[in-house]
Amino acid sequence: MTSNLIVYLIAIPLFSSAVLLLTGRKANKWGHLLGTLASASSFGVGAYLFTQMLAQPAEERAMTQKLFSWINVGSFNVDASLLLDQLSICFVLLITGVGTLIHIYSISYMSHDLDRRRFFAYLNLFIAAMLLLVLGNSYLNLYVGWEGVGLASYLLIGFWNQKPTYATAAKKAFVMNRVGDLGLSLAIMIAFASMGTVSFDGIKEAAPQTSTATLTAIGIMLLIAAAGKSAQFPLQAWLGDAMAGPTPVSALIHAATMVTAGVYLITRSNFIFDAAPTAQLLVVIVGAITLLFGAVVGTAKDDIKKALAASTMSQIGYMILGAGLGPVGYAFAIMHLLTHGFFKAGMFLGAGSVMHGMNDEVNMRKYGALRKFMPITFITFGLGYLAIIGVPPFAGFYSKDMIIETALNAGGIKGILLGSAALFGAALTAFYMTRVIILTFTGTKRWDDEAHPHESPILMWLPMAVLAIGSVASGYLFTRGDALVHWLEPIVAPGEHGEHAELLPPIVVSALALTMVLIGISIAVMMYVRRPVADVAPEDVSALTRIVRQDLLQDAANEAIFMRPGQSLTKTLVSIDEKVIDGAVRGVGAMALGSGSELRKTQTGYVRSYSALILVGAAAIVLGIWVITQ
Amino acid sequence: MTISWISLTAILPLIGAILLSTLPKSAELRAKQFAFGITLLTAASAIAMAVQFQRDNTDLQFVEVHSWIPSFGINYAVGIDGIALVLILMSVILAPIVILAGWNEAQGGRWSVKTFYILILVLETMMIGVFSATDVFLFYVIFEAMLVPVYFLIGGYGTGARSAAAVKFLLYSLFGGLLMLASIIALYVMSGAQGGHTFDLAKLANLEMSSTTQNFLFLGFFIAFAIKAPLWPFHTWLPDAAASATPGTSVLLLGVLDKVGTFGMIRYCLTLFPEASKTFTPVIIVLAVISIIYGAILAIGQKDLKRLIAFTSISHFGFITMGIFAMTSQSQSGATLYMFNHGFSTAALFIVGGWMIARRGSSTIADFGGLQRVTPVMAWCFFLAGMSSLALPGLSSFVSEFLVLVGTYTRYPVAAIIATVGIILAALYILIPVQRALHGPTTPGNENLTDLNLREKLAIAPVLAAIIALGFYPSPLLNVINPAAVHVNSQLGFTDPVPTVEGK
Repeated sequence: MTSNLIVYLIAIPLFSSAVLLLTGRKANKWGHLLGTLASASSFGVGAYLFTQMLAQPAEERAMTQKLFSWINVGSFNVDASLLLDQLSICFVLLITGVGTLIHIYSISYMSHDLDRRRFFAYLNLFIAAMLLLVLGNSYLNLYVGWEGVGLASYLLIGFWNQKPTYATAAKKAFVMNRVGDLGLSLAIMIAFASMGTVSFDGIKEAAPQTSTATLTAIGIMLLIAAAGKSAQFPLQAWLGDAMAGPTPVSALIHAATMVTAGVYLITRSNFIFDAAPTAQLLVVIVGAITLLFGAVVGTAKDDIKKALAASTMSQIGYMILGAGLGPVGYAFAIMHLLTHGFFKAGMFLGAGSVMHGMNDEVNMRKYGALRKFMPITFITFGLGYLAIIGVPPFAGFYSKDMIIETALNAGGIKGILLGSAALFGAALTAFYMTRVIILTFTGTKRWDDEAHPHESPILMWLPMAVLAIGSVASGYLFTRGDALVHWLEPIVAPGEHGEHAELLPPIVVSALALTMVLIGISIAVMMYVRRPVADVAPEDVSALTRIVRQDLLQDAANEAIFMRPGQSLTKTLVSIDEKVIDGAVRGVGAMALGSGSELRKTQTGYVRSYSALILVGAAAIVLGIWVITQ
Repeated sequence: MTISWISLTAILPLIGAILLSTLPKSAELRAKQFAFGITLLTAASAIAMAVQFQRDNTDLQFVEVHSWIPSFGINYAVGIDGIALVLILMSVILAPIVILAGWNEAQGGRWSVKTFYILILVLETMMIGVFSATDVFLFYVIFEAMLVPVYFLIGGYGTGARSAAAVKFLLYSLFGGLLMLASIIALYVMSGAQGGHTFDLAKLANLEMSSTTQNFLFLGFFIAFAIKAPLWPFHTWLPDAAASATPGTSVLLLGVLDKVGTFGMIRYCLTLFPEASKTFTPVIIVLAVISIIYGAILAIGQKDLKRLIAFTSISHFGFITMGIFAMTSQSQSGATLYMFNHGFSTAALFIVGGWMIARRGSSTIADFGGLQRVTPVMAWCFFLAGMSSLALPGLSSFVSEFLVLVGTYTRYPVAAIIATVGIILAALYILIPVQRALHGPTTPGNENLTDLNLREKLAIAPVLAAIIALGFYPSPLLNVINPAAVHVNSQLGFTDPVPTVEGK
């Protein structure tokens, strides 16, 4: 049976990770090779399963593999069971495919790091956890993968945790993700209490008989979970700091795969959101806010990785927006997720390649004119750039255009607002990405003499080239004959659904979007080509710019609302515990002894007096009870 | 001939203690080896018993009754159900691990090394006895007698203000114990009026009594157990005791002895006073939720590693108590599984934390730093133990914590929601010390710390392996616990809330 192979997708990288961690230094010589081989093997299994699925008719493609009975208590029965269907195979191929490319890249990128073996162990652990996340057949199985990728992300953000700021960034990511996990936990609890099951199938079946209020509650909790994992407003603040991790990690985890898990969760839960309009409305609001938030933050970043991180947040905002516009939007959200996986991973690897050649400098104001020195990096990065800003026929054009169109057609004021946000976001995207390109690759050189920019070795540029091909072609392939939409139909489309009346015809939407892109590019060109770029960020800027530079005050807000009150609450409680609660106990003891002395004195002979006293008291109680019971 | 498995298992450490006392004081190594061997033998005996345990039989098993003090109707009566079995297994598995892990921790005590191990072995006998007693008087005697070896273990072998901490522990416990004694005497008196004086648990459970009486007697038991567990606001003895005790003693104290509190709630409070249990459930659930949040916040604020671990336990005991009194299949099974898992994850934290402290000569978290570079294996073990404490999915503690939460939610959603906030706080109270102790640049003075040796690796490996294995495959334990947990709930007339919609 083909379905018996599903478990190997996860088992191979998991086993490899365990081997690399347990073998220790002895594995330093071959650790990276084993890690890469494991990821590639997993991809091989995924590709084989995909071909098997293609050979089946649409309704027979989904397959389940039950491994064992995991938790069985009363009516709470959860199997360790894997579900490979049209949705999860998309992720399997993305995770293992992009994952393998990034493993290959990392062989070279991390070659000077003493802990390269450990790095590959974590990468393998991540691949395994992420695959479990998308293959689990119930919310509880998903939860294991969900926190598993959180753990891998924590370990990799803090890979160089001897630097305190990096260690703090890792902790911040984990804690903010746990806020999201609170949502996922509660969603599972509500689902079990109301429907008696936590499996996707079971909930899908029970959802039509469940009250809208319950489904809305579950939907909102799932949205909180998605916001945490996918860095969506208001749980977005960890992603920028997560760039502390090595760049391949940023490409794989914090761009192509893990951060998109929220989109997966919402798409997977389509049977809940489709029946809970309020929750769905909140989804699109969160998506729209985040796509603008990320894009605005991206305009003021001088750190190339943080600019790309802001862009990731914004692009996932698009996906969340799309997913909130289901049933038509789900497929487009997934499509943008896949195309984004190619072009954003490609650009992050490009950024890594630049850093590699520039002594790990990340400040774009210290770059300039690098296209002459790194032609391959420039070309692959440039193709990703064309894809993300949405120039036809590159990948992002197809996927983003679909979301903008669906948003505009959502109907009424909602459609106009969401569509405008998506269009404005397109202009901002074009602006900040053009800025990145100009600052990094064109203009005059602004680096000092210590830097010797050079093209990266083949192990690094080859994965970039492969991803660039994806950035070019994937959008066309996915939309040809509505291939992806049809592929996902059995999962996300509830049979026939009425098409919304079109606000604007598609061709007009595309024209509008392209106009916005042109405006964005033009402003960037005027600001950074026509005028010289300073190699330090100018200080005489408007208050607004200052606020944008501080990520729209996200950290200040979190500190003021949660961190500082939390710290003072902790301090207060610690002192109350010592002085009041423990103090009361000591006080009672001292009073009973008839002396104001400290507990210290009880070490000597007072123990017996205490015991005697308590014995007398207890006897009195016994007597009292005896009297009552007579 | 049938073997009296419980008595056999319980008597082994006691015999060991007696034999140990004949050794000369100077034979320290032999004392350790002998004690270690005895605990291994005891564990083997308990496992042999577990193999024969019929898991679907909800009656008490391996029952033995011998007359002890006939004039008062006092019997030596023991028997176990799935809940007791799991706790006994936990105790006898932790005992040899504690000895192996803390091979040198008895040195520098007030008394000899030999005495330390005699105390440990005597304590082990009592641990088995306290979980298997079915005669209330027998239970009480062991419950109180256990204080003695622990008192001496803290006061004689601990660090810092060990005497003060030991006395505080003793007084707190004595106070609770005496309240319980009062209730026991009242039960005994009443049994005399209703068909003959007895301390037999099953017979006492059938006593007729007014609800006022039941409430008073319930409180006598409950406060004793709430101090033991400990539940907020009866907790202040624990951080002091844990900070002063040796790591091994702390493992036995928090990992095993405190479970007597939560075990007692199930075995005595619920069985003897079902109506009063229901009456007080709202109050207890509130106290449990406060414990969860309060313990977690206090843990976040601690500067001392041992006190921090103690406060995390207060939070965890809140979960256990909440699970017990929510009285659904999931919460009740989850609570017992939580007791087992907490034993292992707290053992891991205290053991590895103890090694860190012994090497550094300080338990202040700020004195560590950068250990991941200096002692990678030890750092990894501490990290894994921490992940277990914050209930990372895939580790055993997640299964129990989630069962408690999901089971509680079906009956008391608000309590479950507030308790779930604990998972965020848990991330903080674990990751803050992880960052301070393991990450960052190496703090001066730590450059030459040594990593774990073979003995230490052998001691911690089974604990961590169990934490991972039972996270993925908890069935061996759940299959034993489930029937007993359902039995407990059904005795009180509780069945699980039915979902509004029947799914599959």
